[in-house]
Amino acid sequence: MTISLGALLGATASLALSGAAMAQTTITVATVNNGDMVRMQGLMDDFNAKHPDIKVEWVTLEENVLRQNVTTDIATGGGQYDVITIGTYEVPIWGKQGWLESLNDLPADYDVDDLLPAIRGGLTVDGTLYASPFYGESSMVMYRTDLMEAAGMTMPEAPTWADIEKAAAAMTNKDAGIYGVCLRGKAGWGENTAFITAMSNSFGARWFDENWVPQFDQPEWKATIDFYLNLMNNYGPPGASNNGFNENLTLFQQGKCGMWIDATVAASFVTNPKDSTVADKVGFALAPDNGLGKRGNWLWAWSLAIPASSDAKDAAKTFINWATNKDYLALVASKEGWANVPPGTRTSLYENPEYQKVPFAKMTLESINSADPNNPTVKPVPYVGVQFVAIPEFQGIGTTVGEIFSAALAGQKTADQALAEAQAVVTEEMKASGYIQ
Amino acid sequence: MARALSPRRQLVTTLAAWTVALLIFFPVLWMILTSFKTEASAVAMPPQFLSADWTLENYAEVWARSDYPRFFWNSVVIAVGSTLLGLLVAIPSAWAMAFVPGQRTRDLLMWMLSTKMMPAVAVMVPLYLIFQRLGLLDSRIGLVIVLMLMNLPIIVWMLYTYFKEIPGEILEAARMDGASLWNEIVHVLTPMALPGIASTMLLNIILAWNEAFWTIVLTTTKAAPLSAFIASFSAPQGLFYAKLSAASAMAILPILILGWFSQKQLVRGLTFGAVK
Amino acid sequence: MSTQSSRFAARLMVAPSVALLLIWMIVPLAMTLYYSFRLYRLLSPDRTGWVGFNNYLWFFNSPDFWLALFNTLALVGGVLVITVTLGILIALLIDQPVKGQGFLRILVIAPFFVMPPVAASIWENLFMHPQNGLFSAVARGFGAQPILFLEQYPMWSVIGIVSWEWLPFATLILLTALQSLSSEQLEAAEMDGAGAFARFRYIILPHLTRAITVVILIQTIFLLGIFGEIFTTTQGGPGSASTTLPYMIFKQAIAAKDIGRAAAGGIIAVILANIVAYFLMRGLGRNLNS
Repeated sequence: MTISLGALLGATASLALSGAAMAQTTITVATVNNGDMVRMQGLMDDFNAKHPDIKVEWVTLEENVLRQNVTTDIATGGGQYDVITIGTYEVPIWGKQGWLESLNDLPADYDVDDLLPAIRGGLTVDGTLYASPFYGESSMVMYRTDLMEAAGMTMPEAPTWADIEKAAAAMTNKDAGIYGVCLRGKAGWGENTAFITAMSNSFGARWFDENWVPQFDQPEWKATIDFYLNLMNNYGPPGASNNGFNENLTLFQQGKCGMWIDATVAASFVTNPKDSTVADKVGFALAPDNGLGKRGNWLWAWSLAIPASSDAKDAAKTFINWATNKDYLALVASKEGWANVPPGTRTSLYENPEYQKVPFAKMTLESINSADPNNPTVKPVPYVGVQFVAIPEFQGIGTTVGEIFSAALAGQKTADQALAEAQAVVTEEMKASGYIQ
Repeated sequence: MARALSPRRQLVTTLAAWTVALLIFFPVLWMILTSFKTEASAVAMPPQFLSADWTLENYAEVWARSDYPRFFWNSVVIAVGSTLLGLLVAIPSAWAMAFVPGQRTRDLLMWMLSTKMMPAVAVMVPLYLIFQRLGLLDSRIGLVIVLMLMNLPIIVWMLYTYFKEIPGEILEAARMDGASLWNEIVHVLTPMALPGIASTMLLNIILAWNEAFWTIVLTTTKAAPLSAFIASFSAPQGLFYAKLSAASAMAILPILILGWFSQKQLVRGLTFGAVK
Repeated sequence: MSTQSSRFAARLMVAPSVALLLIWMIVPLAMTLYYSFRLYRLLSPDRTGWVGFNNYLWFFNSPDFWLALFNTLALVGGVLVITVTLGILIALLIDQPVKGQGFLRILVIAPFFVMPPVAASIWENLFMHPQNGLFSAVARGFGAQPILFLEQYPMWSVIGIVSWEWLPFATLILLTALQSLSSEQLEAAEMDGAGAFARFRYIILPHLTRAITVVILIQTIFLLGIFGEIFTTTQGGPGSASTTLPYMIFKQAIAAKDIGRAAAGGIIAVILANIVAYFLMRGLGRNLNS
């Protein structure tokens, strides 16, 4: 009798357990391990209190590994994730493939019209919003006000590349371990290729002409690469071919860079006294230009999307609405201050007087607004994207070209050799992919 | 071949040996020291040894940011599970190869080893697709199977070399006494083979614990072990040397401690038949 | 001594592991072979089809291919030379009756327990970093310019890191072999007036042959597939200076998402592995067969 009673109790207990599990939907969220995403994981108590029926499991990975796992999953219909973190490069391509769930039916309090138009445009394909921006970024110049002052110079609000070179020369003090300018050199389509491509736009260069013929043999590219190599070799830190966003951020926070031209989102990290030794000595300026009508700034948004293969789409939408809603910005502001709010997604944030007090708010907004993915270059191009070309093949060729430029920065190749090689490789790939004959 | 040395030579040798050992160990030591420094102290130039700001904050932060116990437990289950399963399959094979060798035994062993030469990246997508069809993605059982197959050749080979060292006469004697095959294994072989099995087990637990390709490609949350835990701490934004060191220490310390405590067993067994 | 029935039992006992490994080898290999003749890009699923040997030709025509091949062999060869040489020296050293031998051995085997991604990131960030690494601090302490390990000597840096990881393995196997050498033999040689070098050359080294063979064999198997350390540190660069064949395949599979090419590269890697294995067996097989 005791035995069957025990069995009965056990059965009841397991029934109760499975009942509880049934009521709770589990969603798996894949994110990059950057500051804003990690902060969100720390604020989950708020979500859990509002939505006790949804349990969120996190997969936090380094950017490259995340991209590798997420892409493999979505392209093979793996169905392992319910919410994925992707960028403005992936969204148009994946949206077109039908790999992403439409977000047009998010609740009214999401207020889709509040999204910054440039960002919203980058995440929309044929009128359908496929991803919700978590934070948006452009690029701009971050510089050390104290070093500029010591050199007796002032940084214009909208500098030219010549201004940058002059400032870099004035601030460089190699004996003290201070380098005038830190730029990306690490190979990768999202690393040096992104920076150099955005830079090339301001030099009048383009990846392809209207007929998808690669343009690396053109003088504009030669001018870009010559300038980049010259700047980095004279005023950049040693070993720059291994420096990406994170490495440069560390160097800048340590006070080893006079200037750093990179993502606007870095502004809150370099001005945060907890991590940065130069927090109160940073000024901001628009990305440089050459007077050709285009600046060297890009446009990117880390965004949350739902794979079509997810089996918990409603819960996933609830989560996305929580994480990218105006209320989330207010939540972060109340806990961590306005400077640490994920920037660059909503008009209302930049209209908020509290946020306007943040030193980099204005420059971030202006940078984002001045980037135009649909019309990125001086000469016409057949592609969308400022610092990338929104075609599936770009991950591959962008990385290969990045490696070639990185080798040039390391001194293995001259600018001419690098450009000839880039031209040859990209031409071959474009032929193999059927863009050109 | 240890021989007596003159006191002076012994001093010199001791010094030399300790210097070399400390040099080899130094990267691990430096990582552990860094993990207890503040981020600012970790990158201070010149490097700080004793004057650093010591803190436990890095560990607290790493602990708070991820579900360490789950990663840890997954690592344990996967490493131990794949090793035990591997032993189960390998022991009979190695036994048969050692005591009933055929003409092709050596070739068979070499063939088994050669299956390890296929680069994992090349079969990544095929295996991913297979796993997806079988519903094994992000499951511990799936990883146990993959790691078991990966290390099976090593297990078979190690066991084979041990079993071969067991004198055949003992078996003959046991057979004379009318011992059945089962009794032969249990009563005669096992006690003699146990040290070998133990060190095979240890080595394979270490290999499985340190595997960092399939464990990252084939898992997301439920089955993710410590290699995936580390992947979430490498290259984050800003100063991260101390936090990376703390996360690294948390990932390797369990196996380091296991290795140190069982080093006698491990070392005794780590011969692969190299000693004759 | 083996009878018919024991033969049969033996076959039965070997069968499970052979069958499992056959499946483990053949299924992915067959799929890889199939994909290697296909156009299959994860990001352009609409364009598929048979492409003959195009994927293979891409590898052979790639300017990086021969460099990658060379780097792969340089990595294997470099690590083998370093670990075997240092392994012998360290084994000889700690085989001496030194104080605290047990603890010493604990220190020496520590790198073996360190996960490859951890090992690589420790070396990259805490030691080789041009601004914040310990090496650069040492260089500056001497008033010298820091060496740019990952930029100027990427392949050597990778070889160095991997050697550190595998040194304990080599040392331990060689040490075990050394300990089985009878001291009478050495003493007798010493009586006969053989110097330290002669004793090493004619007694110790021959005794270690088998152990060296084992080290080479096991390490080659692991080293041929190494790419995690490269992924963490140099990512094959700068340019393609530290790209090995597995890393080149990885780039096709991950960066370009070109499964067809990655598969062709995989088949090439398998062929390379078999060539290496063949020479290894021919050169070393004798040492093991005794």
